Amino acid sequence: MTRLRVRYTKLGKIRFIGHRDLARVWERALRRSGLPIASTEGFSPRPKMHFGLALSTGFESLGEYLDVDLIDSTDAPQPSYAEEVLIARFAPLLPAGVAVQAVAVIERGKSLQAAVTACSWVIDLDGVAPTAVGGAVDRFLAADEVILERVRDDQVVEVDVRACVEELELIGACGLPGWESGTSIRLDLGTASPGLKVMELIGLLAPEATAHRVCRTHQWIEGAGSRQEPLAVTTASALAERQAS
Amino acid sequence: MDEIWPRLERLLPRVQKPARYIGCEDGAQAPEPQPEQVGWLLVYPDTYEVGLPNQGLQILYEILNEHPLSWAERGYAPWSDLDQLMRQEGLPFFSVDTHRPASAFDIMAFNLSAELTYTNLLNCIDLAGIPLRTAHRSADTPLVLAGGHCTYNPEPLADFLDAVVLGDGEEVIAEITAVVHDFRSAGRTGGSRVDLHRALAAVPGVYVPSLYDVEWDGPAVRSVTPRYPGVPERVEKRTVADLADWPYPRRQLVPVTEVVHDRLNVEVFRGCTRGCRFCQAGMITRPVRERPVQQVRQMIADGLERTGYDEVALTSLSSADYSGIAEVVSETVRSASSGRPVSVSLPSLRVDAFTVGVAAEIGRARRTGLTFAPEAGTWRMRQVINKLISDEDFDGAVESAYASGWRRMKLYFLTGLPSETDEDTLGIAEMARRAVSIGRRHTKGASVTVSVGGFVPKPFTPFQWFGQNTVAELQRKIGLLRDDLRRAGGVQLKWHDPKATLAEGIVSRGDRRLGAVIEDVWRNGGVFQEWSECFDIDRWTAAMERHGLSIDWYAHRHRTEDEVLPWEHLSAGLHKDFLWQDWRDALDAVGLEDCRWTPCYDCGACTGYGIEHIVASAVPPAGGSQGTGMSRPVAVPVRLVPSGAGA
Repeated sequence: MTRLRVRYTKLGKIRFIGHRDLARVWERALRRSGLPIASTEGFSPRPKMHFGLALSTGFESLGEYLDVDLIDSTDAPQPSYAEEVLIARFAPLLPAGVAVQAVAVIERGKSLQAAVTACSWVIDLDGVAPTAVGGAVDRFLAADEVILERVRDDQVVEVDVRACVEELELIGACGLPGWESGTSIRLDLGTASPGLKVMELIGLLAPEATAHRVCRTHQWIEGAGSRQEPLAVTTASALAERQAS
Repeated sequence: MDEIWPRLERLLPRVQKPARYIGCEDGAQAPEPQPEQVGWLLVYPDTYEVGLPNQGLQILYEILNEHPLSWAERGYAPWSDLDQLMRQEGLPFFSVDTHRPASAFDIMAFNLSAELTYTNLLNCIDLAGIPLRTAHRSADTPLVLAGGHCTYNPEPLADFLDAVVLGDGEEVIAEITAVVHDFRSAGRTGGSRVDLHRALAAVPGVYVPSLYDVEWDGPAVRSVTPRYPGVPERVEKRTVADLADWPYPRRQLVPVTEVVHDRLNVEVFRGCTRGCRFCQAGMITRPVRERPVQQVRQMIADGLERTGYDEVALTSLSSADYSGIAEVVSETVRSASSGRPVSVSLPSLRVDAFTVGVAAEIGRARRTGLTFAPEAGTWRMRQVINKLISDEDFDGAVESAYASGWRRMKLYFLTGLPSETDEDTLGIAEMARRAVSIGRRHTKGASVTVSVGGFVPKPFTPFQWFGQNTVAELQRKIGLLRDDLRRAGGVQLKWHDPKATLAEGIVSRGDRRLGAVIEDVWRNGGVFQEWSECFDIDRWTAAMERHGLSIDWYAHRHRTEDEVLPWEHLSAGLHKDFLWQDWRDALDAVGLEDCRWTPCYDCGACTGYGIEHIVASAVPPAGGSQGTGMSRPVAVPVRLVPSGAGA
């Protein structure tokens, strides 16, 4: 069994489909790709696909991941798993906005959901002054603890979420294609417990703002003193992506 | 051209299921219209999930975009949450393909499949910024058209529709495009909309309600007559003679979000001559026109390859009747086993053992439930409605289904049928119990779901003269079944809300005076009436009362032979005396065999239009007696097409 890791975008109109819909889009694309996808056993076989952290409906991304298991055939010649070949093959099979940026054969190991420990985000905030956001960002960073109230089993629980935010800064334009307000923040959010959702953070920083554009720009696997992406975008594939868009 | 999207994308995070509004389907087109081209906005007046799979709309979408003089995009009714936001923000009705406003099109054309979507149609027109009534539209307002099965009685919508197309749309749309194109290139002037209407009325199959005067005789229609020379006294439907000429859709739309019937759909034939007397579709789509087996094969192979679907539905009004059914099914299932598993579904199954044999082959890939529609509980009742399934056919189908490994099945029935007695109603429960007891011989867990709908008489059927059962009567019959099945293990009973049946019945055989009622219901918030959470019969009864119209008169009254029906100036080819004779035969419980394999009854659908059935098999399918005249084979007036002929 060979495991293929695919990194792709979710940008523009297509951001409004949910996680399950995207899984079905991938299922059809993989079926059409002609790759020897392994199937689950049983009554209703499904292709063996393993998705990374779910992305909320309406959020965009420059780095989503999918692992796919392939059958190693002994009699048929193994198809090419070269990155540029696969990027070209997937391009016509996926809707606009879902573009494969990188593909590689990887060692079977930890699942994406377990391995990824932090994500970088860019968020466009509408209906709020940049200075107000700037002030809230400074106060957040200066605080030793930030208490968030969550309702769990009908009980209000207070959790300190300060440690979930690794980096946070006010930036100008978010740079995403399409509409934007011009007031954006960039941040890194850890995935470890207690966890902090993007919308919860916006509620803490600027409850009056509307987050029209939320984009996950990177996912990170953090190790001792360093971090890396599950699959980096190589220059060649970045170039191909730029040409395609 | 993308002027709507930047405003829409700011609203979508605030609505349920935003994927309904983004388009992005595989197969979607992004037309770049030339000034001389005529733009069509094809609208299904219900949610995206319900409307997207509609094959009629997809067929026309492709044909219009291939034609040099036209381009087309699609729109669907926005759910109430987005509707409200659009009105707040002043955002008009839009297409999902390139998010253009409705005003960018020359024609807004609606698919009318169900009466309860009529209020949605008004809402879409209003959201588009088009005046609701044709009388208030100017020469440069987009035309509002409609096609689909409900247009055989468009009178309730006469005030709102510029023109209505009867029958198959494949050919007539190019003729309408040409009329609009010529009208536009001649230059529009104020007040000339009536000229455009008259030009449209000259196209065969096109009915322009505003060009006809209705005279009344008390509450009844005395006559509907054209106001101008050259406007036909009777509008005849359009019929595509040979389906082989129209292998559409070639690029079926594959949505990025879940919709109903989310699979490849291949239409294997159009029309049906089983002659079920309650079935409007079977009457108005005659004659039977089969698609050549070779073309079906090709459409399946290409479609699966292109879409990535793992399921294909062979669609028609009774797919087991298709001459090549066994061949196509086994080939599809077998060819798939080498590559990836493909399942086949047959949405309308005949009730007999042969059908189950075909279904068993299908079921290999993924076996779900099996659905049969005996429609009535006793042989007498089934002779009345001409659904000639004998008890032996039914038992044989059930036996063979459970023997082939199914554990549950769904049975569809109608109640409130002409001459139905309590014994007939209770026959439904009897059949359900019998099915379970047959099933238990094979599997302990055998179960049956019985689904009961209230019967609504439809125009151009032999039952068009029948007075529909009242809500109270339908509720009483459902109550009988519920009591009778209370202790029946393995049977689950479901029923359709009789109040929704009533609203459908008021509109189904309504006349022009109902326009005000439909508008009233819409203005009082009655949209998405097919959705039980949005439906409230009080809006309808209140509107009928406000406009001084009697529900009894429209829905519950038996009509007489001499009454002028509100749709008599329209024609589906069927002779009125054929329908009347069939109605009398029904009341005498006399069945009528399928004319594909027995002599012609001269219903008018073939003879009137000089067309014929196209059936590849000269003999009825094996395995069931169901109205095929098997006991007395006769020479048949069919055009023989060798299987494998055609492109």
